[in-house]
Amino acid sequence: MTKEQIKDTILEIIAQIIPDEDLSNLKGDIPIREQVELDSMDFLDIIMELRKRYGIEVPEDDYIQLATLDSSVAYLEPRMREL
Amino acid sequence: MHYDVLIIGAGMSGLAAGIRLAYYGKRVRIVEKHYRVGGLNSFYSLGGYKLDVGLHAMTNYVPKGVKLSPLPKLLRQLKLKAEDFGLCPQRMSVIKFPDTSLRFNNDFDFFVQEVVDNFPRQADNFQKLLKTIFEYDELNLHAKPISAREVVSSIISDPLLSNMIFCPLMFYGNAQENDMEFGQFVIMFKSIFCEGFARPQAGVRQILDVLVKKYKACGGELKMRCAVTSLKCANSRVESILLENGEVLTADRILSSAGYVETMKLLTDYDSSKFNSHAGQLSFVEFILVLNKEPAEMGYETTIVFYNNSDIFDYRRPDGLVDVSSGVICCPNNFQFEGPLPEGMIRITNLANFDLWNRLGEEEYKAQKAAWLETTLKKVVKFIPDFRDSIVFTDIFTPKTIHKFTGRINGAVYGTPNKIKTGRTHLDNLFICGTDQGFLGIVGAILSGISMANLHVLQKG
Repeated sequence: MTKEQIKDTILEIIAQIIPDEDLSNLKGDIPIREQVELDSMDFLDIIMELRKRYGIEVPEDDYIQLATLDSSVAYLEPRMREL
Repeated sequence: MHYDVLIIGAGMSGLAAGIRLAYYGKRVRIVEKHYRVGGLNSFYSLGGYKLDVGLHAMTNYVPKGVKLSPLPKLLRQLKLKAEDFGLCPQRMSVIKFPDTSLRFNNDFDFFVQEVVDNFPRQADNFQKLLKTIFEYDELNLHAKPISAREVVSSIISDPLLSNMIFCPLMFYGNAQENDMEFGQFVIMFKSIFCEGFARPQAGVRQILDVLVKKYKACGGELKMRCAVTSLKCANSRVESILLENGEVLTADRILSSAGYVETMKLLTDYDSSKFNSHAGQLSFVEFILVLNKEPAEMGYETTIVFYNNSDIFDYRRPDGLVDVSSGVICCPNNFQFEGPLPEGMIRITNLANFDLWNRLGEEEYKAQKAAWLETTLKKVVKFIPDFRDSIVFTDIFTPKTIHKFTGRINGAVYGTPNKIKTGRTHLDNLFICGTDQGFLGIVGAILSGISMANLHVLQKG
């Protein structure tokens, strides 16, 4: 996957978790949870979906890496490049 | 047979945990000793009538579109839609003390106005209490327990108002006698007063059907009439699980909704002296009365009455079999349903003493049930129209019945007063969910299952 595809995948996962939220204006460098109503349980589901769909393991200590859209793409790129 | 997770008990919390785990690919089995799901919130059929246990009303009702409260949270976590539970909001409920009544519905501003109208001198104090409630982080699993009675009485100077606020909150989810942990108070206050009551047209069956279907669709295994005999421990872990049918299972992790002491009793190295003081004492008797007409035909439109015969609300295990000086009168018909229920119904709940009920011989047990029915009816017709001539069928369950079907020590429906908020036990792979973990009510139980599954399994990889 390219960076752009990874970003779209994350957005698609978030949209599935919180379907009523408008994600079109989501800024890449601001924590996702400051921009949309996404609680810690919802946030966990982003990580769970990545595991379920692509077998990607994100250890608890690395959850912080997924705070913004940009940092998520950077963190996931080496793990999703080959997909 | 080996599982990623074994869940003990197919009640609300066990099923919710099961859905989370199975949905995310864990190999899960739920074992339930009863032939029916639901645990403390179950159902049965008798005399041709479909009856519910536990559920009077679901708390935490919010209209569709509200996002950050417990009900929508749990729906999102379980990948369910708001329509799946088919919740219909209440009409009007009331707290009735000798000279004062406070009504409430699912519009919080209405309740605030009721308090102001009935307790004008407490108006400012009540606002202060609300501020304290809204600023408190009730979901912090590591908060130090503080006394709700102390917090509330330090703000509200009229004990009558304080007692009236406590009455429904304690009846609907307090395991402790006469006081409540403040975090629990905040949860109950929000779930009952700020949010509100609702009920599916088909009662608790609808909720359970949805959960069981979802769990199975996610690939979870559910074994009924499958009691756990013992949990064999070694090296600070549960090594294997022996079932009543002789089967031996192993599991990486075990989530038990059977109750904290009840679960500890399953351990092969169980030491009763360590755990007995945790057992809950509060139980209830419930009188279920089927009527030949809708209560609305008698001019009765109230959903739930919380009554108390004195200005002081005494919430504790009674010295006699039943305490009719306070109670809850629920009319399942009086929700805003699409159509009428098949029959009229009134349910009355009073505090009761497990030991005294448990001690009775069979004949005496029956006789006492009949006698207390008459006593409680005499009491409740002071609060609602006299419906005694319309009763066509009666069933009564006691703390003994609750113990028999749920395995709860003392028939304690709200479990231990010492909640295990983190869900952790002294064993590395055994966790507690449900009533004894700390979230109460149906919504609370479901959230407990979800959060324990998240915390102890999904986040651990």
